[in-house]
Amino acid sequence: MRTLIFILQKEFIQVFRNKTMLPIIFIMPLIQLLILVNAATFELKNVSLCVIDFDLSASSRQLVAKFDGSPFFEVNKASFRYTEAENFILSNKTDLVLTIPAGFEKNIKTGQGARVQVMIDAVDGMAAGLINAYSTQIIQSFNRESGANAGLLLRPVKNILVTSSFWYNPELDYKAYMVPGILVILVTMIGMFLTALNIVREKEIGTIEQINVTPVRKIHFIVGKLIPFWVIALVELTVGLVIGVLLFKVPIVGSLWLLYAFAAIYLVIALSIGLFFSSISSTQQQVMFVAFFTMITGILMSGIFTPEESMPGWARAINVINPFAYFMRVIRLVLLKGSGFSDIWHEFAAISLLAILMLGLAVKSYKKRS
Amino acid sequence: MKQFIAFVKKEFYHIFRDKRTMLILFGLPIAQILIFGYVVNNEINNARIVVFDPSRDQATREITNKVIASGYFELAEMVETASGLEKSFQKGDIKAALIFEPQFSEKLARENIAHVQVIADASDPNTANLMASYIQAIINTYTAELNAQSAKNATIITETKMLFNPELKSAYMFVPGTMALILMLLSAMMTSISIAREKEMGTMEVLLVSPLKPIQIIIGKVMPYMALSFINACVIMVLGTFIFNVPIRGSIVLLMSESLLFILLALSLGILISTVAKTQEIAMFISMLALMLPTMLLSGFIYPIENMPGWLQVISNIMPARWFIVIIKNIMIKGSGLGHIWIETLIMTGMIAAFLLLSIRKFKIRLE
Repeated sequence: MRTLIFILQKEFIQVFRNKTMLPIIFIMPLIQLLILVNAATFELKNVSLCVIDFDLSASSRQLVAKFDGSPFFEVNKASFRYTEAENFILSNKTDLVLTIPAGFEKNIKTGQGARVQVMIDAVDGMAAGLINAYSTQIIQSFNRESGANAGLLLRPVKNILVTSSFWYNPELDYKAYMVPGILVILVTMIGMFLTALNIVREKEIGTIEQINVTPVRKIHFIVGKLIPFWVIALVELTVGLVIGVLLFKVPIVGSLWLLYAFAAIYLVIALSIGLFFSSISSTQQQVMFVAFFTMITGILMSGIFTPEESMPGWARAINVINPFAYFMRVIRLVLLKGSGFSDIWHEFAAISLLAILMLGLAVKSYKKRS
Repeated sequence: MKQFIAFVKKEFYHIFRDKRTMLILFGLPIAQILIFGYVVNNEINNARIVVFDPSRDQATREITNKVIASGYFELAEMVETASGLEKSFQKGDIKAALIFEPQFSEKLARENIAHVQVIADASDPNTANLMASYIQAIINTYTAELNAQSAKNATIITETKMLFNPELKSAYMFVPGTMALILMLLSAMMTSISIAREKEMGTMEVLLVSPLKPIQIIIGKVMPYMALSFINACVIMVLGTFIFNVPIRGSIVLLMSESLLFILLALSLGILISTVAKTQEIAMFISMLALMLPTMLLSGFIYPIENMPGWLQVISNIMPARWFIVIIKNIMIKGSGLGHIWIETLIMTGMIAAFLLLSIRKFKIRLE
């Protein structure tokens, strides 16, 4: 036990005396959290719109005003030539071109079926789909009003009113959703990379042999290496959560104890992966690329940006052994929806099993002799 | 010159003899593009939805069928009461619920108005928003069909043209994005780490006292990575074209030159990082923290830049990948020539110059 305490002491001193790494470990990730959380939204705003109005009538102006009045569109270009409008799209100055042909107003008044043309830059397919839906809505509502004014309706129009309720996050505040996601990445990155680099660095410099010839037992050495980074990662998680709650209004609906219990087990896996990689590598460069590859692949598959349900079957099958995916799901379930232990015991069981397996593998692969 | 060539050869040996690293350097782009292509998909497929339909008449059945047939949703259950919804949402079993009011068709016929409620699990707000928009659009189409007879002549016909990507494929977004991400990360990370390594090991001193000039040392270090990154760029383009059918409508020569320019940009950024990092660990963390998430989130790769708050849009201007993504999208998908992308090209060139100048000022050729 005393040996362990000395090893821990040594490790902590080593971490805290490294004045260049300290801000990188503690400050850079939090700055990232502060900035990046604001970026992650698909909510459509400020779609720039170019109008080609050949009609120049009261009706066409009304239609344009309706677009301009919607929160999604911003009419910032007008033209009378297709080629010019096309050029705007080619140089990304406009996302949508609305063409109103001559005779638009006359056709509405006489009921001859007016036409408009909407041209959308569809390189971003999803945004284009939304832009199309919103512009159709605006045109339809303009249509209803103008049709009613012109007295063309034979019968009153039927309407189905759709009300949408957004549970757990009524204002659709995506920040509350992204904070947990980015936290998972940061905590994993810190835990896994620090462990991996630390041990392989001792190998590369040769100091590991000095430790190997001491009577320090293998298990003490490993535990002594893991605990500091385990603590640092949990501190990081705590600071991140405080920032999330204070600045981004992340609700903590569920139990924090439950979350920390889960995080504690999860980190054992992340650190063991780091340890395992460091055992099978001989240089820092190697270990970094292996760890980097694992992390970026695991994180992207974990459903940070996109829901797991829309992934194909094989990806979900892989996610059964992807610890990142479990943590990503649980941190959101607990913080945002208040799921209790009975809702997530599957995840607990799975992650505990993975932790035992991974730790076992890591301990086995570490050899005191070279 | 002979010495320089020998040095470059040594660098190539260094890299190519490490089989595991080589595997990752070439495996990474392939894995990433497959993940972005098949796994990280913004499209909503088969979101599980429950339907509560107390009226069970023709209109509600038709709407339900249309919703399910859209492919976005998968019917989880027709529930008899709306009371168990909370539990199902908490377990994460369902993503949305569709709730009709009683006597739906009758009300629609008699009062010309009927109500339907959509509940979406907004703990994932982006998906919730999309689901609500999709259902709204489906019901709009349905009402438009209902009204088609009564309002035939008063309908404004909207003709919609989806330019460049009529099938709204997401590959047109992620292939350019992945290319920028991979080139940026690998080039900057590899360069900064390999230079920091010489410093950490003390071999930099050996190189500095050799007859090689510092600039030759740096160029020699960077050359193999430039070659590797260029091969990676080609691999991604080939995968994008043949697996995901992303067209290359513009000039391939232009596309390749711009990619090379971006690789140079990433390498010069890597050199800059290496001048401030004393150890590989520091170089690694700086490149990863400064580049991985920011490149994914602030470059318009996953989230459109126009949607971000103003101050963040300003910050996004310093992300090199942002400009490159615009350039490749323009060349590959819109088929534009240099005339439409010269500003972006100029910005990238400016960035390279700035990074190199900074590095030269910071590069120390003497021991401390």
